[in-house]
Amino acid sequence: MVKFEYAPAPESTAVVDIAPSYGLFVDGAFVDPADGEPFKTVNPATEEVLCEVVAGGPADVDRAVQAARRAQDGVWSRLPGRERGKYLFRIARIMQERARELAVLETLDNGKPIRESRDVDVPLAAAHFFYHAGWADKLSYAGFGPDPKPYGVAGQVIPWNFPLLMLAWKVAPALACGNTVVLKPAETTPLTALLFAEICQQADLPPGVVNIVTGAGETGRALVEHDGVDKVAFTGSTEVGKAIARSVAGTRKRATLELGGKAANVVFEDAPIDQAVEGIVNGIFFNQGHVCCAGSRLLLQESVADEVLDSLKRRLGMLRVGDPLDKNTDVGAINSAAQLARIRELSDIGEAEGAQRWSPACELPDRGYWFPPTLFTGVSQAHRIAREEVFGPVLSVLTFRTPAEAVEKANNTPYGLSAGVWTEKGSRILWMADKLKAGVVWANTFNRFDPTSPFGGYKESGWGREGGRHGLEAYLHG
Amino acid sequence: MAEQNATSPNTAARIAVRKTYKLYIGGAFPRSESGRSYEVTAADGSFLANAALASRKDARDAVVAARGAFAKWSAATAYNRGQVLYRVAEVLEGRRAQFVDEVGAAEGLDARAAGLVVDAAIDRWVWYAGWSDKIAQVLGGTNPVAGPYFDFSIPEPSGVVAVVAPQHSSLLGLVSVVAPAVVGGCTVVVLASEERPLPAVTLSEVLATSDVPGGVVNVLTGRTAEVAPWLAAHMDVNALDLAGAAPADVQALEVAAADNLKRVRRPDPVEDWAAEPGLDRLRAFLETKTVWHPVGI
Repeated sequence: MVKFEYAPAPESTAVVDIAPSYGLFVDGAFVDPADGEPFKTVNPATEEVLCEVVAGGPADVDRAVQAARRAQDGVWSRLPGRERGKYLFRIARIMQERARELAVLETLDNGKPIRESRDVDVPLAAAHFFYHAGWADKLSYAGFGPDPKPYGVAGQVIPWNFPLLMLAWKVAPALACGNTVVLKPAETTPLTALLFAEICQQADLPPGVVNIVTGAGETGRALVEHDGVDKVAFTGSTEVGKAIARSVAGTRKRATLELGGKAANVVFEDAPIDQAVEGIVNGIFFNQGHVCCAGSRLLLQESVADEVLDSLKRRLGMLRVGDPLDKNTDVGAINSAAQLARIRELSDIGEAEGAQRWSPACELPDRGYWFPPTLFTGVSQAHRIAREEVFGPVLSVLTFRTPAEAVEKANNTPYGLSAGVWTEKGSRILWMADKLKAGVVWANTFNRFDPTSPFGGYKESGWGREGGRHGLEAYLHG
Repeated sequence: MAEQNATSPNTAARIAVRKTYKLYIGGAFPRSESGRSYEVTAADGSFLANAALASRKDARDAVVAARGAFAKWSAATAYNRGQVLYRVAEVLEGRRAQFVDEVGAAEGLDARAAGLVVDAAIDRWVWYAGWSDKIAQVLGGTNPVAGPYFDFSIPEPSGVVAVVAPQHSSLLGLVSVVAPAVVGGCTVVVLASEERPLPAVTLSEVLATSDVPGGVVNVLTGRTAEVAPWLAAHMDVNALDLAGAAPADVQALEVAAADNLKRVRRPDPVEDWAAEPGLDRLRAFLETKTVWHPVGI
């Protein structure tokens, strides 16, 4: 067989212009912190410092919440939906216009392959604004009563795995429904949110409608616990989600939570195997496995387990791990040293508990945070790698004999975010969809996202849905 | 209007270049194949332009173009249709001054009143563009049938819609009947207001310079009573919007439309084009398709 060598195909970083330091975006302008402290954000693929940003303190959060309140009372709640929508259309268009810049910046700050930020994150983020722009003047048709109202000020905290896309999932519906927002991007990935602030300025969005306060967990906590926040929206770990649920208990605050997952990807013997292998790879190695809905538990019907595994291992040998800015890269850098440590720890536990670890031969760069695509066979349901969210490129493989057993195993988790089903039999897809306790079920595909399609989990994967008509409920009351 | 420039002292020496107002069929701007035109005057009776006087053959050509464009337009993703139609609003906004002139002259409105009408027309277009990827979520859904079946209903476009545009509201009324048909995936042959056709021709120029594929919207100018019956009777037209038909002609047009059971949207007794339209016109040209699939191991 001819082996094809890839020439390097690096995306240029000339399109982005990163300032040495950034303030907070409050009331329409970048401001110096009141009590926040500077910290550095690094490129996880090289460990080079990209710039300095601020960890907003309580006074910074307070200032942002007050700005959001003024904008809510004075401007945003008085605008007709059709005019709010025009701002969102503008934002969507500017995101499309500056797509390359956003994609390169995302890849620099996050470590994800440029192919993903360019083809998935940025177009979907723009589409999310476009879709919700259209809802702004149609809310009375959305099924929440004839004249649904916004909650007010939304405090939003988002993760580092899809920084710009998660921003879009939070900001677009909130604004479309008439809320104003204070958003805290993740500690390790603040840069596209700060560029988004600039986009809001270009769109002439009224000051205070969107406020961005960078920082880590403490900043997020200050935001979530602030009395002036009417609505909390969080995407991140189940552990923090539970803390937020406790913190809003007994208050007037509403909360939506999009938390962890341990999705089962179920492959039946009549599945199209090649297609399934592509879906398994996409399910767990897309975005380095930093995906809350990742298909991290592969359930193979025994009769095809060896065939699928052979094919899967062959396919993993083809994955290109390395420079995220290279357009041929499939798997990029792990987002942070802390996350890499967590992935290593759980993988070591997997081995220690008796599962068999396998990775393709692949050379990892010397600098930066890297972990090879990894799969574990001989995994039992009691193993920690089958129960806990690794949030990395680590797949646990289990087997089953009957559809009922597949359902039993798939649902044997405190999570319930997503699931995958692979079979050529349509009736079985729907039977499985009926039995699986998960908010999203993908059949003969995986990791599909669309602004029209509600996303969110059962059980400990969270509260509420994002996207689609159903997602509007998070920001409206009748 | 351009003519007014000629009277201002600074430009007295310059003679304005006037536009030829033509039909819009299949993405091109032909004159009527009949070689005919008719005089269009402003509300005050002054001469504005000669517009093409469309014939039966022009109407048939327009239907062929609309049918040709239907497969691709109706198969486009809702997101794509929404993007394309929103782009139309962007280009409309860029032509705002021209529309204010034309609507003002046609409807006898001063610049301020005409400006409000044009603004409403642009906003109406945006409103409909936003429906592209929401119609199915509002009008469609799953049906909890009493058996092991997954059963869902989705809206699909009816096909080619012939539209008799409102006679008085030359732009806002026009937009309010064209946009709901195309956003759902139908293609359109629209017969512009007979006495006030010029904004419709300019709208077709907007469509031609947006990303709307040729043939999705086709614009005819001419005598409503001459052309509408051919469209109403055409066996390759699937639906008919009679918004601008004369009350006395409506019954005959409905009778003609019955030959292939066109979906007919009757004119309202009083049309208030400024009011938010609701879903009525969107629904009028959508079919409901219901799909059953068994559920089982």
